[in-house]
Amino acid sequence: MSRCIVITSGKGGVGKTTTTANLGMALAKLGRKVVLVDADFGLRNLDLLLGLENRVVYTALEVIARECKLDQALVKDKRQPNLSLLAAPQTRNKTAITAAHMKALVEVLSRHYDYVLVDSPAGIETGFHNAIAGAREAIVVTTPEIAAVRDADRVIGLLEANRIKDIKLIVNRLRPAMVKNNDMMSVDDILEILSIKLLGVIPEDEQVIVSTNRGEPLVLADKPPLAGIAYQNTAQRLEGAEVPLLDLNAASGSFFSRLQRWLIGKS
Amino acid sequence: MILLSISEFFERLFTGKSANASGTKVKQRLKFILAYDRAALTPQMFEAIRQEIMAVVSKYVELDQDSLEFRLESDNRLTALVANLPIRGIKAKEPSVLEVEPLNPDLESPLPTQNNGG
Repeated sequence: MSRCIVITSGKGGVGKTTTTANLGMALAKLGRKVVLVDADFGLRNLDLLLGLENRVVYTALEVIARECKLDQALVKDKRQPNLSLLAAPQTRNKTAITAAHMKALVEVLSRHYDYVLVDSPAGIETGFHNAIAGAREAIVVTTPEIAAVRDADRVIGLLEANRIKDIKLIVNRLRPAMVKNNDMMSVDDILEILSIKLLGVIPEDEQVIVSTNRGEPLVLADKPPLAGIAYQNTAQRLEGAEVPLLDLNAASGSFFSRLQRWLIGKS
Repeated sequence: MILLSISEFFERLFTGKSANASGTKVKQRLKFILAYDRAALTPQMFEAIRQEIMAVVSKYVELDQDSLEFRLESDNRLTALVANLPIRGIKAKEPSVLEVEPLNPDLESPLPTQNNGG
């Protein structure tokens, strides 16, 4: 049974596309056949993060217009053959596709892949509704910031209203030191507010920018940086494995922090 | 209560966390704003509900106007309207009876007919 998952957030810039690229690559490394669909029509970026921009010939739009076959539009990743990309058109705007088109597209793809991951555009307008049309599950990405959490809450409400009940959360760009000083909401704070299942926590990591510059997702490296390991663990949880959250405070595991944990039962 | 303050004491002692830190503030702000977001209520609608409920309750009891509380709260993706309306005293009689009381108590007249229907 194939899984069709939309990756969404409401707010822009919280890491939807980075998450899609890394989760997709991590699942492919675990041996799953994965197709990534860029649903951000007119503002496509997923091909850049994957380093596949020069190999995009046809996009979802030509497939819908029957100007090419679906096979021709799918870009197979040479580094990881389990991974394919269906790019979004860059020239047309978001009205070039309907929810029915998207649903049909995801339906056909789900026959050939274990995972169909749809990268949703920011916002809650037409582009968002198209992106969620074919999905049966959702991953909501947020950062520990007030605007991102508020938008995530709105998106969760919209997903539920559109009969997507299986919704999981990824908290991205967490800064453990700031959480420790209570100058950033903790993961527990966010979970208490949003009341949904947690799939993963990704720490803030400069390497994300480096990997984006190169067009190589973090998880592609033999020894991925911390954020890459966090994405790999997140992919394993998506597969149903029980993987504990990374101890992001490991670096500050002093006598006092251990004593404090022992005394107040907090990590 | 004592247990809570002990753990609070240790938390402050060892983590330096306090209620004034921005993490606490942002959580409070989010909880507040999300309660209204989730109910999809405009401030105008909320004010209308408040006034109507107050009017109904005030017909029967005298409310303590200074300590009234009226807000939305959200927990586990459910929104609740929370009203705390401290009562100063019960009004002497049911309002309908009060209204129909004759102006002159000595006058032994039957109750005015126009109030019997309501």
